[in-house]
This record gives sequence, C-alpha cells and structure tokens, in this order.
Amino acid sequence: MIQLLFFARFREELGVESEQLEIETLSCVGDLLDRLQQRGETWARLFAEDQRVMMAVNQAVADRKTPLGEGDEVALFPPVTGG
Amino acid sequence: MNSIRVQVEPFDPNHEVDLLRDNDPSIGAVVTFIGLMRDINEGDKVSRLFLEHYPGMTERALQEIVDEANSRWELQHCRVVHRVGDLRPTDPIVLVAVASLHRKEAFMACEFIIDYLKTKAPFWKKESTPDGERWVDARESDDKASLHWHAQ
Repeated sequence: MIQLLFFARFREELGVESEQLEIETLSCVGDLLDRLQQRGETWARLFAEDQRVMMAVNQAVADRKTPLGEGDEVALFPPVTGG
Repeated sequence: MNSIRVQVEPFDPNHEVDLLRDNDPSIGAVVTFIGLMRDINEGDKVSRLFLEHYPGMTERALQEIVDEANSRWELQHCRVVHRVGDLRPTDPIVLVAVASLHRKEAFMACEFIIDYLKTKAPFWKKESTPDGERWVDARESDDKASLHWHAQ
C-alpha cells in the first residue's frame, strides 16, 4: 500500500484529502499519475502531462521518474505559493 | 545556530531579531526579510488569507533551504518563521533573518532563502475577495528568482 495525499486546490477539486492505494504495478510516480488520470474528468484534467503538478515521495520533492515502494507516502499538489 | 518555525500564532519580527542576535558579539550584520499580507491582489480587495501547508514536509523543506544557504555562505545564525492558518491584512506572514560577520553574506543568504522558500516549501495561499474565495496562483517571476540561484 501507498499513502496518497492531496493538498490545496487539488484536495478541494477532487474532494479527497488522503487515501490508501494498492501499489500493484506502479513502479514510479509517473505510473501513479497515469492511473489517477483514468478515474474521470477532474482527475484527467489535473494530472495531464501539460499541467503543473508538484510531487513528493516521503516528504522529499520528487518527479515522474521517482520510484515508488511499499509504504511510501506520496503527495500531489499545485505549485506552492508561500512567503 | 538555526531556528525554523511554522506556526498559527502571530509573531513579533523585532523580538525574533533579538533572539537571532542573542547578544552574540561576533555578529557584524543582520539582514531581515518580512513578508506582509496585503489588502489587494490582482486588482481585487483581499480581506482575509488562509495559509495551508504540508506538516512535516514544510519543516523539512525549510531546513534543507537553510542548510543550503549555510553551505553557500559563511553565516552565524539563520531564523525562519512562517505563519499558517488565518491571516489579516498587515499581518507578517514570513520572517527570514540572517546574521553574519559581514553584510554581503547576510544579504545574499536572506534573498536566497526567501526565493527558494517561495518555490520549494509546501505552502498554499487562499484569499477572500468580494467575489468569494480563490487559490492564489504561483508567479512566474518567483520561478525565475529561484532559478537564477542555480546558475551561481
């Protein structure tokens, strides 16, 4: 299982804050984004290749190529706007 | 010594600078940046701001940025305080304070820390305008400010 987290606009638009997901055939974050896009219109729009999506694995900045492993915490969020 | 805090409570920038200095006689320069909440954005009146963050990763990202600043310049102390939750216009949102032997290092490191914070630390702003609430979009100018440090 991996723990999936969504923040800010993503959390609101998807109506999901966190969920557990079977890792199955997911080998990297890009695989995860591809699978999430199949869930419906909002998912497909937010995680399309041309969208700006920031990702973190176990609270460290990641990209589509970052490998996934059992027990990982994966967060997906829009570009940050602090400061 | 470095200090990093993410908190709901307001903070007093002057007090934070006193804590940073801590009567250390080796400090020759202190540079501070204070980010304040404005009552206008994109031409619209803003009455309130809500700041969301990713607990755990936020502190870790800020620590990495401060560590990177310390590896690039010789610094005595760094202090970063960032608020989350509900804010009102004029409230300090963020403080970056850097102490060093001489001014140049403190100026450079302070600018570096806030530029990186704006594009790498997981905070998100949602503002209340007369037309309702909206998430603030990331600025391209912030990306450029952060990227220019890569070239150095």
